[in-house]
Formats: sequence, structure tokens, C-alpha cells
Amino acid sequence: MEQKAIDRLLKKHNHEQSAIIAILQDLQGEENYLPEKDLEYISEKMSIPLPKIYRIATFYNAFSLKPRGKHLVNVCMGTACHVRGGEKVLDRLKMELGIEVGEMTKDGLFTLETVNCLGACALGPIVMVGDDYHGQMTSAKVRSTIQKYKKVAKGKK
Amino acid sequence: MKKILDPRELEKFRAQILEKRDPKRPCIAVTSGTSAKAYGSEKLVEAFRTALKAHRLSRKIDLRVTGGQGFDEREPLVIIHPRNILYQRVDPKDAEEIVTETIQKDKIIERLLFVDPKTGEKILNRDDIPFYKGQMPIIFGDNGKIDPTNIEDYLAIGGYFALVKVLTEKTPEGVIDIIKRSGLRGRGGGGFPTGMKWESCRNAPGEKRYVVCNADEGDPGAYMDRGLLEGNPHRVLEGMMIGAFAIGSDEGYLYVRYEYPLANEHIQIAIKQLRQYGLLGENILGTGFTFDLKVSRGGGAFVCGESTALMASIEGNAGEPRAKHIHTVESGLWDKPTNLNNVETWANVPLIIHKGVDWYTGIGTENSKGTKIFSLVGKVNNTGLVEVPMGMTIKEIVDDIGGGIPENGTLKAVQTGGPSGGCIPASLIDISVDFDKLTEVGSMMGSGGMIVMDDKTCMVDIARYFLNFLKDESCGKCTTCRDGIRRMYEVVDAITRGKGKEGDIELLEELSWVISEASLCALGSTAPNPVLSTIRYFRDEYEAHIRDKKCPAGVCKALITYSIDKKKCTACGKCKKVCPSDAITGKKKVPHKIDSKKCIRCGACIAECKFDAVRIR
Amino acid sequence: MIKFTINGYEVEGEKGQNVLQVALDNGFDIPHLCYHEALEPYGACRLCLVEISNGKRTRLTTSCNYPVMEGISVQTDTEKVTRARSMILELLLARCSDSSAIIELAEKYGVTETRFELDHDDCILCGLCERVCREVVGVEAISFLGRGSARKVGPPLEINPKTCIGCGACVYVCPTDCIKMEESEKDRTIVRWGRTLPMKTCKVCGNTYAPWFQLEYFKQITEGIPKDFWDKCPDCR
Repeated sequence: MEQKAIDRLLKKHNHEQSAIIAILQDLQGEENYLPEKDLEYISEKMSIPLPKIYRIATFYNAFSLKPRGKHLVNVCMGTACHVRGGEKVLDRLKMELGIEVGEMTKDGLFTLETVNCLGACALGPIVMVGDDYHGQMTSAKVRSTIQKYKKVAKGKK
Repeated sequence: MKKILDPRELEKFRAQILEKRDPKRPCIAVTSGTSAKAYGSEKLVEAFRTALKAHRLSRKIDLRVTGGQGFDEREPLVIIHPRNILYQRVDPKDAEEIVTETIQKDKIIERLLFVDPKTGEKILNRDDIPFYKGQMPIIFGDNGKIDPTNIEDYLAIGGYFALVKVLTEKTPEGVIDIIKRSGLRGRGGGGFPTGMKWESCRNAPGEKRYVVCNADEGDPGAYMDRGLLEGNPHRVLEGMMIGAFAIGSDEGYLYVRYEYPLANEHIQIAIKQLRQYGLLGENILGTGFTFDLKVSRGGGAFVCGESTALMASIEGNAGEPRAKHIHTVESGLWDKPTNLNNVETWANVPLIIHKGVDWYTGIGTENSKGTKIFSLVGKVNNTGLVEVPMGMTIKEIVDDIGGGIPENGTLKAVQTGGPSGGCIPASLIDISVDFDKLTEVGSMMGSGGMIVMDDKTCMVDIARYFLNFLKDESCGKCTTCRDGIRRMYEVVDAITRGKGKEGDIELLEELSWVISEASLCALGSTAPNPVLSTIRYFRDEYEAHIRDKKCPAGVCKALITYSIDKKKCTACGKCKKVCPSDAITGKKKVPHKIDSKKCIRCGACIAECKFDAVRIR
Repeated sequence: MIKFTINGYEVEGEKGQNVLQVALDNGFDIPHLCYHEALEPYGACRLCLVEISNGKRTRLTTSCNYPVMEGISVQTDTEKVTRARSMILELLLARCSDSSAIIELAEKYGVTETRFELDHDDCILCGLCERVCREVVGVEAISFLGRGSARKVGPPLEINPKTCIGCGACVYVCPTDCIKMEESEKDRTIVRWGRTLPMKTCKVCGNTYAPWFQLEYFKQITEGIPKDFWDKCPDCR
């Protein structure tokens, strides 16, 4: 992110030290991850030691220090989803995408993540791809779901 | 929007709002909380707008977009007022027909009605549906009456009347006394008497005090607070304001987990409207009461539901809990006295003030007053949010309201209290929902997650699931929690993979004792509960895994094999197509076979087979 | 002075002191790993558990961060304490199975075996290194990273903390001796953090004595000291 944009972001939060989590979330909202240079700049401008910022960035699930794929595939690991077979869906996704949780596919299209409960249990097992909800997911439906996104990407090329 | 300067002006404003509204006027209420949105409710709302406009009814018929109304399994829901007709699983294509048939001609669209699976009867009226009939939605019920983004709707149902009553007629001590006598206990899981907490905070030395709303709701499978904050944020805010007055606080924080963007949005809108009307800020309604609050977003950490970790997070730190012998009511946020309560606890407060202690204490049991909202999820037919009086039995909740177990399953256990709770076996299902009774059987009330499990659920796997969750969610500070939980996980995981040994159960019990006694915070000290409760009631399952290397429920992959029942297989070939490891062979019209060496037990074939031909042994 | 008892004996402490410090000062033996006199107590290792009775309630609690209070009764070797302590040592032994410091400590309290898989790790996450760097040295070059079973200590991105002045306080304070410092003719390396700093040579005796970066830092935070002060090593000044 450009330094001027970061300055605006910090101003939006009144340069308050306690707002650091919200600031990092806004940064990630723009950049899709937390770039090292941006964190160094924020550390300087807010007078927060860089190690403290990395402490926060690595403590909370929301943040990624690595660039993430175009589509965030988020598998709900809530208890209700688990009881309905959520783990099988995750295993199938790992196979289909060829990556582990936290990793990105080589073409930069997908990053696989898990979330500890989206609070949409009636739809369980549930997988979100970006902002799209895919409810009542089964290991059988995984391939066709992923294919849809791949097709769109191909079409755009 | 002008600032309202005194209570009389507020009542005048309320009267004006009510005057403009005709209760007999037809209204189409469409649920559009997160669950409904996932089913496409936004398109449905647009379809209604279009249809109403096309038929020139936009001014005669109200279209109200509400938060969730509990019956998430059947979303999107459309409720037609004043007849209280409920249409379920409504598609945007149905909007036109609903307008022309039901609104204009008063005709019912039968296919959209709920059908009672027990009687086959089609039910018209929302309150006659078994899911709703058994409930006592004194708090959650208001979700259906308002658009959460419009403060006028909340005022129209009596909102902020309790706040005015408190500011004009009561003293802070008087309010604390009311809450004490009401018997209200914390709804976040601890069940601590709310009135006592308020009193301790008020009496703590110092000038500055904070009130905090814990909307972190980390228990997986529990989303009651989401339903409340999305559907009726004002109710929660009003509770916080009354609490702030009683405690002597002028500043509050609402800590919302980041996984709830819609709740965050609705809260922000509500706060903005309150500020515009002068109901938040300096000298509210001219009474001298000053109060404002901010929203603080979580970053994705279950441990931040613990009050000291939550406060560390608000302060801009990692959510690491601190020792509990310093109480947060004396030294919390920025070392100042802080009163933290759960969303649902705050939501109870205006009701208690409005309707009085006698009314409130008439609901519930001797030591658990009022109602509790549960998220009834898992292997249950009617998944959703339900509100019942304390004292109702779990059996009634699962059978009568929940409609029982789907797909011919049998009830095995109900898990309450999330990762800090335990499983209640089917044999104890007549237990009443009550703080103390649930603790007695080795579980706890928790925040309200109620996960229903059937005969196809492996209880050892459930223990493994919770330990896996906790080992990553632990902040990692103390040895017993960080290393202890991980070692418990390793032992249970080995058991599910057929590598369990004699003595494992005893080792788990020993570890459990140390972790619960020696850990710093409640995450650690309650972490052994799911393991202990599954050992207590399902020891035979553990032993089958350890001694016989078998998984009776057919879940643990290393201990089961899939095979195809020749009698049921129609050779349709669907399973073969979805198998990711090419383990299924078979020609047309010949029953298919699974090569157990290639099979990875992913379950895709079971999900696809319409003839129930895949067997698990 | 605040009077209380430990194992039945009367002891005295000052307001603001913690139970562990008073116990140690009076010769009582309470094992501890993450506690250091000069630093804020942290309560992470859980080894310093004792049973404290305050009025009617008795609880098992860490003694390093429990403030001394009038009339409390502290017990350091009850059955509960021993049971908890043994398991904690067993967990630490599994974690740092090659660490002589941990092996010795565990043996002292009768724990020689562990039922858990060996980790061969070297760090017990006591946090003394990050606390001394932050509280005493004032540099805050390293921090805790991650969470739960994946928790670690280290610099941002786990390599080369850019504000580390190579003072070696973390090396000194580590209870398992897992932070090593190496010096060559020209530079000093804090091995664990991957931090190598070139050393300054004394203008008088020609020996290296401190990293350049460290001296630059001192120059920044001090006032009124002549520039050539830093050109000589402490022996030659």
C-alpha cells in the first residue's frame, strides 16, 4: 500500500495504539495480506516496536503474512459442521487443490483456510469461497464447486 | 434527525411513530440475517420490492427486512402479517406469486407452508409450527417485529422505555437491587450472578469505570449472539446503557468477533442513530447521564472470549489472559474497574426493568431464572436458534422443538458448553436446562451451543475434535494448557488411529486433573471437560478403539472399511465418478466393488449413492 | 511488614512482594523456571505452584505472581502440589528431552521418565529473553510469535531482529541455555535470532569490545558524554 494511503488509514483510527488490530485488518482488506514494508512503516509512524506488531499479526487467525490467492476457500470447522462431516470436506479440498491449510495454489487462484465457526450451522458443512456461501457441502460436491471458479478464471483470460 | 432533549420529547416521538403505523396494515417480513443471506435472501427482498412496485402496492404494503427469526433450517422465511402466515424456503421466483395470491387475494400458497413430518399436516400460522410452539421467545421474538437498521421500529415496540424509567425514576443502587433480585445469571457461560458483579464494580475504588459487551462468541456451533446483534442490536445497547448508569460508567466497548461482519455493521448503524438522536453522548435526555461506546473488532482468537484476554485485545495487545486473583471488576480495561457481560445477558436487562422482578422470577427454575437462547444444531431436523424457559428438558428441546433426529438416526448425546462443556448422553436426556443441573452431570450451560449427536457420531472422535481445536486456540502461555492439551490430543488421536494402549485412559485422566488445576485461565481449566465427560459416559467406545481397534460408530478412518452391498447396488456408476482415488470398479449392470487398499474413506461415494448401498464396517 | 506463614513457619514480606521471592529469601525450595528477580513475574511455567489458604478458601496457585498478604498460609509440598509439579516436569521433559537443565531439574523432584513422545526442543517458552529485552534493556527486539502449540519466541519473520544491540542479556537469562552467543575476531552473533553485528575495536588496546550498533544505540539514549568515550573499551577508559 502506498505510504499516503497508510497515513490516511492511521488518521482514520486517530493514531490510537489500541486500534492496531483494526488497522491491520483494514490494511489486509486492501492488500489481501500484511506486506512487510507496510508493517515497518506502521511501526515507525505509530511508534509501536515492530516485534509487537508481528506478535499481534501472528497471534490472531485473521492475519496472513503471506500473499493469498484470489479466492479464499474457507472451511468451517465448527462442531455442528464437524458432526455433519466437515472434516471429510476439508480432506477432499486438500486433495483437489493439492495444498495444505494456509497455503496457496501455484496459479495463485486459491488459498485454503479454516475458520472456527461462521455461525451458519443450519447450512453445515459449510465452505465459503470469498463471499460466496456453499452450504450442505459433501466431499462429492467439492470438485464441481472448485471447477466453477476455475472456469470463470479461464474465461477471463 | 434532531437531538431529543428530554424524556417527554422521546415519548412524544414514540407516539408520533405509533400514530403513523396501522397494526392491521399488511406487512411482508423477510428474514435476512447471515443464514438467510447465504440462501440468497437479498435477491428475495429485491424480488418483493419489484413485485410490489409492479402492482402499485409499495405504499399500501410494508416490506420489512428483519434479522434471523430462529428457524434457520428453513430459511429464507417470509412471514405475512397480520395473519402471521409463515412461508419457508422461499425462492425469489416465489415473490411475485406471494404478492398476487396471498397479499392481493388472500390465497395461501400451499407448497410454501411448513409440513409437520409427524402428522403430514400443513401449518399456516407461525406460532402453530412445533418449532415455535414450544418456545418462550421473550427476547428473540422481537427480531421478527423490527428492521434492525431502523431505530423507529425499536421505539415502536417500546424500546428505550426501560432506559427512561431508569434515568428518571431509579437510583443506580436501586437498579442494581432490581437486577440482583431478578436472579439474572451470566449468559456467556459462567452463570455468575449479574447483580453481584455490577455491585462489585460499582463499589470498586476509582472514578473511571468501563462496561464491556462480550460478543466474541467463540464456541463453535453457537451463534445466538450473532442472531441478537444482527436482528436487534438496540436491545443489547439499551441493556448496556442501563448497566452503565447503575455502575457509574460513562464509556463502553462492544467487542465483536471479526467473523461477524453483518452484526458489526448493524451495531454501527444503531450507534450512529443513537448519537444522532442524542441517546448516546453527553447529558442523555437532559438527565445528566453521559455515556458513549465504541466497537472493538476481534482478530480471530477463541481465547479472546475470556474476559482478561478480551480486555488485552481491546487495549491493542495479543489476547493473553492474566491471573484471576485480581478481579476485572476492580482492575480491568487499562487497570480501571470494568464490568463485562455477554450479549444475551445485556439483552435481558431492559426486559427485567420494563416488566419487573416478579414477572421475571416467575420464569425458570429456583436458581436459574428467565430464559436461555440455544443454538440447536448438528444431527437435528429443525436447526436454528431457540429460546426456552430455564427448566425445560433437553428431550423437549430436541424432540418437540427440534423435531428429532434426521435420516432415521438415534439420539446418542447432546453436547453443551462448547469446548468447555461436556456431552449429555441419551440416557440423561430428561435433564432440565439449569445452570447447576448441567454442571452436576459433567457439562455446563455454556453460551448456548447445543450440538445434537446421533449413533453415527464417534465420541472419541468428538473428544479429539475439541482437543484439536483447543491446542491451536490456547494462547500458549502456560505449560499445562499448551503442552498438556497437545499431549492429550496426541493420546486421543492415536486412539482414533488404532494406536491406543492400555493405560491411555488413566493417562488422560491424570493429565486432565493437572491441566484443570494448574492452568492460568478458564480455557485451560475447562479444556479437559469434553474428554472427561466422554470417558464418563462412553468409556466402552474408548475401550473398543483401544482394545479391539474398532470404531463402533463407523467414523475413525483407520478403523473402518467401506464396501458395497451387492443387493442394494444398482450399478448406476455415480460412486465411481466421484471417487478421488479410483477405488471403485464395476461395469454396467454389475454391482460395483470398492478396493479397500485404494479407498481413503473420504465419504464421497456415500454422499452420492441414492440407494444407501455403501456399508461401513 | 506483612506477616504470613510458609509450611507453618512465620515469615515477613513487604507490600508489593510476591510469595515466591519471600519463600526463596527464607530458604524454602520452590522450583521455578520463568521467574527472575529483576523482571515482572509472568506465571507461564506453572512450576512454582503452591497451595495458599486465605481465610476459608485454599487454592492451588502460582507463587511468583501472588502478592504477599497478611495472614495467608502457604504450603509448598502438599500432595496436590507434588502431583501437579510432577506432571508439569514430565511435560517439560518430553518437550526439551535433550536439555540438561530440564533433565537435572526434573530429576531433583523425582521425575526421570516421561510417557509422552520426545520433542527434542530446547525452548520452554518462559519468556525471560523477551522480558529482559523489553523491561531491562528497553530495546524490545524479540517477541512471542504465534499461539497455542505453535507458539515461539523470536524476531519479526523469525530472522535478524533489526533493533537487537547484541547485548547478550537474553543469553544470560535463559534457563535452558538455548540462546548461544558466538564471537569471532570481527563480529558477534546471537545464534538463535540470526543476528550478526560487527564489533568495534578499542583505539587504545586494539581489542574488540562491543558491537558498533550497540554503541550507536547507547550514544542515542545518553546525553552529555564526550564522543571519544565510546572509542575506548571499558578497561582503557
